[in-house]
Amino acid sequence: MQDIHFSPRRIGAVTLRHLYLMRSSWPRVLEMVYWPTVQMILWGFITLFLQDNSSYIAQASGVLLSGVLLWDVLFRGQLGIALVFMEEMWSRNLGHLFVSPLRPYEMVASLLFMSLIRTLIGIGGATLIAIPLFQYNIYDMGLPLIAFFLNLIIMGWAIGLIVSGIVLRYGMGAESIAWVSVFAIQPLCAIYYPVATLPDWLQPVALALPASHVFEGMRELLLQHSFNTGHMVWAVLLNILYLGIGIAVFLGYFQAARRKGLLLQVGE
Amino acid sequence: MSQGNAIEVSGLYKYFDQFCAVNNLNFQAKRGVTTALLGGNGAGKTTTIAMLLGLLTPSQGQIRILGEDMLHHRYRLLHRMNFSSPYVDLPQRLTIRQNLTVYGHLYRLPKLKARIEELAMALNLDTLLDKRYGQLSAGQKTRVSLAKSLLNEPELLLMDEPTASLDPDTADSIRSYLEQYQQRTGASILLASHNMTEVERMAAEVIMMRKGQVVDTGTPAALITRYGRNNLEEVFIEIARSKEPA
Repeated sequence: MQDIHFSPRRIGAVTLRHLYLMRSSWPRVLEMVYWPTVQMILWGFITLFLQDNSSYIAQASGVLLSGVLLWDVLFRGQLGIALVFMEEMWSRNLGHLFVSPLRPYEMVASLLFMSLIRTLIGIGGATLIAIPLFQYNIYDMGLPLIAFFLNLIIMGWAIGLIVSGIVLRYGMGAESIAWVSVFAIQPLCAIYYPVATLPDWLQPVALALPASHVFEGMRELLLQHSFNTGHMVWAVLLNILYLGIGIAVFLGYFQAARRKGLLLQVGE
Repeated sequence: MSQGNAIEVSGLYKYFDQFCAVNNLNFQAKRGVTTALLGGNGAGKTTTIAMLLGLLTPSQGQIRILGEDMLHHRYRLLHRMNFSSPYVDLPQRLTIRQNLTVYGHLYRLPKLKARIEELAMALNLDTLLDKRYGQLSAGQKTRVSLAKSLLNEPELLLMDEPTASLDPDTADSIRSYLEQYQQRTGASILLASHNMTEVERMAAEVIMMRKGQVVDTGTPAALITRYGRNNLEEVFIEIARSKEPA
């Protein structure tokens, strides 16, 4: 049996490698902030228009902006994992990394940490710009915002780990999955409309996703000013399951890559 | 397991689907010396090195490194070994110093800054430390790869074409540095190279591979004598072109 050992220094080393990369390339940092900000501006203007034309939006003007910003937490969380992992593949660095004592699960830990940093930079910028631009402060949600954020980023991590495993196993030809996979579940996440809007047969599928519970909870908070702990408990339990699956799938594909000799062959 | 062996491989196989890349491989590499792993393209050298490094899982067989089972104690052993190849890149946008810092932390090295400075001086990289890896010439990249492989003062160093892309003068300096390193630390080196002059100079023992099997072993001088040739390059060509294992 291999000994199980977590080294914060090794996790920090992989994180440092990506912080060096961010520091050396301003377009990479700009890319993190750009899309969340554009989305926020677009939905901010839609909100301004609908405030005068929709009684639903008039009740809570921030419901659309909160939806778009929180959805981006999930998207950025997923992308943060997949892009950081693919950076190693693009630079053909996996061979060197894994002849060092770096464990695959330490790699996973550093991917999660980098994803958190990237998401905070990307979404943080957009939320701050929303304050003067649309007089909308998402931080007014208070402590529930932390619960929403954590549940969404963890769901993003689960998807990101599965995507990274697939790219490792099937090569850079599968790279586009990193960009599109999360959108397959977007209609089911109840971001802009309640789960009840979906057909009856789709509602159980939607409720099997942690994000649906987060967005239902978000709407309840904004419209009824109450925090639904039931939704949060479901989101946490589902996330434990999905993150476990995500880690298992990534490590499983990693073992397959070891069997097939892919760690030395990957690249553009 | 003999205490005199840095590497002991027995009954090693590697299949990729139906293709057998390594076929019942058996060899030993002694501690404290350089052993060369030679063979033509497709002989199975890279596959063998990848299995020794734990990058590739064998289909069958045993690998013992520095007295321990590689398959069961991989991470304990990886602290004591390292790998250099001009064919495996480091991150292009990071400087040499940043790359070496990252790898130094991965090996949890003490006094990392001093170690990087020391290696940079020894490998003539001191003026390039803050230059991005992607901006280096092929020869400079080879030296950085070598510096990375020596960071943790490995007891076992696996090298794939260590002097590829280097001019003769720099290549000679690198070989001298490796010889001094070996004398100072008693390290073992496994060398895969197509440069027969290099092998004759550095290797105490040669393992010749063809079609995933060992076809002959011996000192460079013994092989030259056995095959009645003038140098190791002629021996290599004879073995590579022969139809059946010797």
